[in-house]
Amino acid sequence: MREIKYEDIVKSVKDMILYSATNLPKDAYKALETAYKTEKSEVCKQVLKQILENADIAANEARPLCQDTGLAVFFIKVGEDLKVVGGSLKKAINEGTEQGYKEGYLRASTCHWDTRANLKDEVGYNLPAIIHFDIVEGDGLDIEYAAKGGGSENVSRATVFPPAKGRKGIIEYVKQVISDAGPNPCPPLTVGVGIGGTFEKAVISSKHALFRELGSKNPDPVLESMEEELMVLLNNLGIGAMGMGGTNTVLGVHIEKNPCHIASLPVSVNVQCHSSRHMHIKL
Amino acid sequence: MSKTYHLTAPLSEADVVQLKAGDIVYLTGVVYTARDAAHKKLVDLLDAGQPLPFDMKGAVIYFVGPTPPKPGDPIGSAGPTTSYRMDSYSPKLINEQGLKGMIGKGKRNQDVIDACVKSKAIYFGATGGAGALLARQIKSAEVIAYPELGPEAIRKLEVVDFPLTVINDTFGADLYKIGRAQYEVF
Ligand code: SF4
Repeated sequence: MREIKYEDIVKSVKDMILYSATNLPKDAYKALETAYKTEKSEVCKQVLKQILENADIAANEARPLCQDTGLAVFFIKVGEDLKVVGGSLKKAINEGTEQGYKEGYLRASTCHWDTRANLKDEVGYNLPAIIHFDIVEGDGLDIEYAAKGGGSENVSRATVFPPAKGRKGIIEYVKQVISDAGPNPCPPLTVGVGIGGTFEKAVISSKHALFRELGSKNPDPVLESMEEELMVLLNNLGIGAMGMGGTNTVLGVHIEKNPCHIASLPVSVNVQCHSSRHMHIKL
Repeated sequence: MSKTYHLTAPLSEADVVQLKAGDIVYLTGVVYTARDAAHKKLVDLLDAGQPLPFDMKGAVIYFVGPTPPKPGDPIGSAGPTTSYRMDSYSPKLINEQGLKGMIGKGKRNQDVIDACVKSKAIYFGATGGAGALLARQIKSAEVIAYPELGPEAIRKLEVVDFPLTVINDTFGADLYKIGRAQYEVF
């Protein structure tokens, strides 16, 4: 049994949040640079230049990349042989989240669904965090964190198709979701697609797909070819950076699959804006 | 061909009728922040026949909910939020109160586009997610109404050369449609 201190988890989570809010991940920065170089529309080129400059200013001056510092989303793999001493793991994640959002002068964006009252005093500053736990073998603690803004969540969609819809139906659906979204989710986008499982499994997979490194290949050849096909189709939509009309609408399409029920084909599309604040640590 | 303009807010009718979808505008002057919660309060005031907390004539409203400022800074990161949530409120402010400019990101509905034509107003796009870059162009910020709304309170901002693109002009054009049609491949 390995032991890990509650305070150490709190500190790691806090540091992750502080770093993520002001530093665009390298893969996203690189993908945006490529978009800037290849963009054919002058208006979108200007937008992409601003996005890259923004990332430089944010990193150099430790300012949040975007004012929407999101809800804090975690995917956590906990080893069965790991023991947290001094408190619970869930509490540690929430405490680290609250400390990070406060210390970084990040925005508290959680609110009551109906009254829309901010929950910062009642529940905690930008709490609760959205946490997906998984129990795995071993004694590790693996934490993936994303700051997920509202603009790109608002255009994300899920459905359950009859199996006959197949690959073609999935591709058409993803295309429709991105086409309908247009300028609203701050393109260029990363598109996470979750296929199979139950309804909620597909949704969670589509969010998890966003953590894969931009520019990396899908290990599954069928999914890889679907990703390539979608990249072309989605960029052909002509939406462009911030929807102003251009040749770079998506930076990447990432698909995750799950086994299905014999009667259904769930599909989910989770959209990520260009401010792709994702981070992964192992403790 | 897109043109570049340097304008000062509040805006006059002459300022806005020259603009076309796709033009670049560097805006200097006074801009007020408001998101949906503040818009609802403004429209409720008008419905109750009460005065507004600032003069709407020629005004420019920025749809933004900034991060808290660090000590010594006027404002935190301050990029635009998605504008459609203000669609049900904007036409009234444009047609009845003389609002001349809105700054946000994302599509507006036909009612807003029609109001921009009828009463001569502009919907400007700012680069979403460029909150650190845009905050540099904001020289001062002062909460003038609804402090209880936190990031959604109404702030009076002084901006200098704030970079904008005209999305909807006073002729009914929409850059999101024109731009996309130019690059869409079937
Ligand atoms: S969609 Fe992303 S970049 Fe745009 S405002 Fe929201 S969080 Fe920021």
